[in-house]
Amino acid sequence: MNFLRFAARRVAEMAATLLAASFVVFGAMYLAPGNPASFLLSGRSASPEALAAINAQYHLDDPFHVRYLRWLGDIVQGDFGRSITYRTDVSRLLSDRLPTTLLLVAMALVVVAVIGLALGWIAAVRGGGTDSAILVGTTFAVGTPSFVAAVLLQGLFAVNLGWFPSSGSGEGFLDRIWHLTLPAIALALYLIGMLARVTRSAMAEALDSEHVTVARSRGVPEHQVIRRHVFRNSLGTVLTTGGLIVSTLLVCTILVETAFSIGGVGQLLELSTTTKDFPTVQAISLIIVALFMTVNLIVDLLLPLVDPRITLGSRSSSA
Amino acid sequence: MTAVLTRRPGLAKIRTARSPLYLLCLGFVALVTAVALLAPWLVPYDPNAIDLGNALAGPSPDHLLGVDAAGRDTLSRLLLGARTSLLGPLGVVVFSTLAGVAVGMAAAWRGGWLDSVLSRSTELVFAFPGMLLAILIISIYGEGLIAPVIALSIAYLPYVSRLTRSLVLAERARPYVSAYQVQGHSGLQICLRHVLPNIAPVVLAQSTINFGYALMDLAGLSFLGLGIPALTPDWGRMVFDGQTAIQHGYPLSAILPSVFIVLTVVAFNVVGERWADRVARRTP
Amino acid sequence: MRPTQTPHTLDVQGLRITLPGTARPVLDGVDLHVAAGETIALVGESGSGKTLTSRSALNLLPPGAVVEGAVRVRGEDVLTMDTDQLRALRTSAVAMIFQDPRAALNPLRRIGDFLTESVTLTGTMGRADATARAAELLRAVGLNDSVLRKYPGQVSGGMLQRVMIAAALMGDPALLLADEPTTALDVTTQAEVVALLAELRERFGTGLLFVTHDLDLAAAISDRVYVMYAGRIAESGPAEALFARPRHPYTAALLASTPRLEAPQGRLAAIDGQPPDLRQELPGCPFAARCHLATEICARQAPEPQPAPGLPRHQAACHHSDRLEGSPVDA
Repeated sequence: MNFLRFAARRVAEMAATLLAASFVVFGAMYLAPGNPASFLLSGRSASPEALAAINAQYHLDDPFHVRYLRWLGDIVQGDFGRSITYRTDVSRLLSDRLPTTLLLVAMALVVVAVIGLALGWIAAVRGGGTDSAILVGTTFAVGTPSFVAAVLLQGLFAVNLGWFPSSGSGEGFLDRIWHLTLPAIALALYLIGMLARVTRSAMAEALDSEHVTVARSRGVPEHQVIRRHVFRNSLGTVLTTGGLIVSTLLVCTILVETAFSIGGVGQLLELSTTTKDFPTVQAISLIIVALFMTVNLIVDLLLPLVDPRITLGSRSSSA
Repeated sequence: MTAVLTRRPGLAKIRTARSPLYLLCLGFVALVTAVALLAPWLVPYDPNAIDLGNALAGPSPDHLLGVDAAGRDTLSRLLLGARTSLLGPLGVVVFSTLAGVAVGMAAAWRGGWLDSVLSRSTELVFAFPGMLLAILIISIYGEGLIAPVIALSIAYLPYVSRLTRSLVLAERARPYVSAYQVQGHSGLQICLRHVLPNIAPVVLAQSTINFGYALMDLAGLSFLGLGIPALTPDWGRMVFDGQTAIQHGYPLSAILPSVFIVLTVVAFNVVGERWADRVARRTP
Repeated sequence: MRPTQTPHTLDVQGLRITLPGTARPVLDGVDLHVAAGETIALVGESGSGKTLTSRSALNLLPPGAVVEGAVRVRGEDVLTMDTDQLRALRTSAVAMIFQDPRAALNPLRRIGDFLTESVTLTGTMGRADATARAAELLRAVGLNDSVLRKYPGQVSGGMLQRVMIAAALMGDPALLLADEPTTALDVTTQAEVVALLAELRERFGTGLLFVTHDLDLAAAISDRVYVMYAGRIAESGPAEALFARPRHPYTAALLASTPRLEAPQGRLAAIDGQPPDLRQELPGCPFAARCHLATEICARQAPEPQPAPGLPRHQAACHHSDRLEGSPVDA
């Protein structure tokens, strides 16, 4: 009951922010100098067919708010308009490329979660020299942009050692996994460092708390103390980074897919930015923002399960 | 007080130890800054002079760090590249710090509707990762360093303003502020004269960390060929050019700019975090 | 001087604990015992080492601590126990009640889980048996067993301290360590908790080491009292004797600084100065710098505990115990 009110509020907040974000994405093109039609065509020959397509999508003859609402209505129905460069529906372009990108992001996410949590856990529990070594390692991981990781990994493991293919996304499931392994690691490196640091500091803080000493004083085995009282209590903090992790992964696919010539959404975003294919840029931006906010919403709804204090809230003081 | 300190020996050790990593990083920041300032007088060659006959040559007395796939001197490009690679993030940090402090301070001091409008917009900006906002703007304005720097400044502004807001709220609750108010000092006067100096160290630490992130984002954009004009030497673009060299078995021209990017980001992060720690310890 | 047939429930002998980065031991030769079913109060200021002394009975020491001496529970040395023995000790023989029940319970786990975790995770008891015993003990401390399904945030501090006491009794311990169990509670709840502790101690026949800075509480609850100062036992003895005729100037000063209703002038005498810093070596009596009786010997030589004339169990570590008698306490 309490939870439902909490959930309803979160969903409403997310809808409002998403609406505002869509307005930013739509309105951005009015920042361009000149009129929208010439910006959208940006130097290309204004054939009647092209002009008609742009008019159909952006309803340039209508007043601004009508244009925005129609554009939004189309997107809600899955119509992202037509790509100016590719002369096809943006939704077709996306549906061809989305599976590759989602697989890449999913692989990277697994790597980040497993290695990031493990490193953070080990650093917090072991302390001392292990902690310092992991701290230095994660400091460098956090300082390595994904495109640098991509180029260096590609040079070492694909060009020099020949263990992995240096480009493309492969055919068939296993081949895809094989092709996407290096890109996934390049994508994951920075976030491994970030998650390990977050996990480490959250667990170190939990380790310092009195209830951990109490659990030890009662003979609870050490590994259970760590699992039930230290890791369990850091889970909330770790979970809140979920949205940031997913949005960083999505944005960095633009760098990694370009470096490895993978035909995914990231590469499409790069191509459409350089060719000023604004409808495609709009669509991808909106999708990334929406995915980020969806993950944040899921995290927010999961948090009360991890931390009952959020919905219980009450701290009655009557004896 | 002393009893509490001595009872936690682990902390005491960290407090007193001079971290060699921090000093190393501080030194590196100084070095890179000096290189960026003095680059025009240091470079041996024109960074854009193409010598295709000599392409992908290794280190030699003529070209200390070799040349890239187009026959351009790597050392010259690296030194001059420091300028662009640091100038962009500097712009981002200066703009986002100035605007962020102003916004955060106004929100905290005024409160009310201004505060809620600003915190709503903060949430909206947080929904756009910095790179995405920059790409959106570059796709409208095209080439040039100004557009991505402004886009990233906007993306980084909420980090500064949120921090400033919470710091000013804490500062405002301290008795000296009401003492000045009673004496008839204006809000703006108190903010600039007393609150600002007190919160500055924390904000600067945050901005130093932001510098590293902005460098990563801008280098990524120039890796994609977005933002920075084609002929300007820049570390991110050098990594992209070096990719071809790697394919041909000459990794040096890609590795060197990569190393400089990573070391610079790490150095700024370590220095910033160290300052943040130091300030946090002073005010428990 | 102590009974030799049955070993004491707790017997601390010559305990000396040194922490890294300090100039002198935090605990310096502490001797203390709790006989079966006895209630002992350990009194001192914060930082005097009373908490560390009580925690040593569970071998619950800070990392890097160097320990000398012996801490025996029912004759077995706690300091030399291996992991399994220590686990057995902590789940059954000795249990601790902590100062702040809000901090002592994991806020993210249910109270029932807290009560049963030590016995179920060590395999001492099955889940069903453990839950049944937890419910029974909750009733014994005056709570309803619906508390089992609640989170710590949903009940009051006083109720949580009762939960804490019930948890301590789960393993049927021979010794309860109570580390300022009432400090974090409001006044009315304090009295209830103390009464409950006394009643349960009687009912279950456990020994109780009650750590407190509250002299009146110590006098009310305990059979014998130890007064600690700067890691050493300053004075020990039967409660009435010690409070009626303190033989250590520190105890006397503490008594003078405690507000009491029957005090003639209602004026309190604060003790001048600060307790000595751990970074400072103390060759002599630790209290010398603040003591109005101190002479040149006090700074040079640490006093050994000496029995009061005719009262072998009342001991004080002071060179000038005899000058204290009759001397103005609130001067």
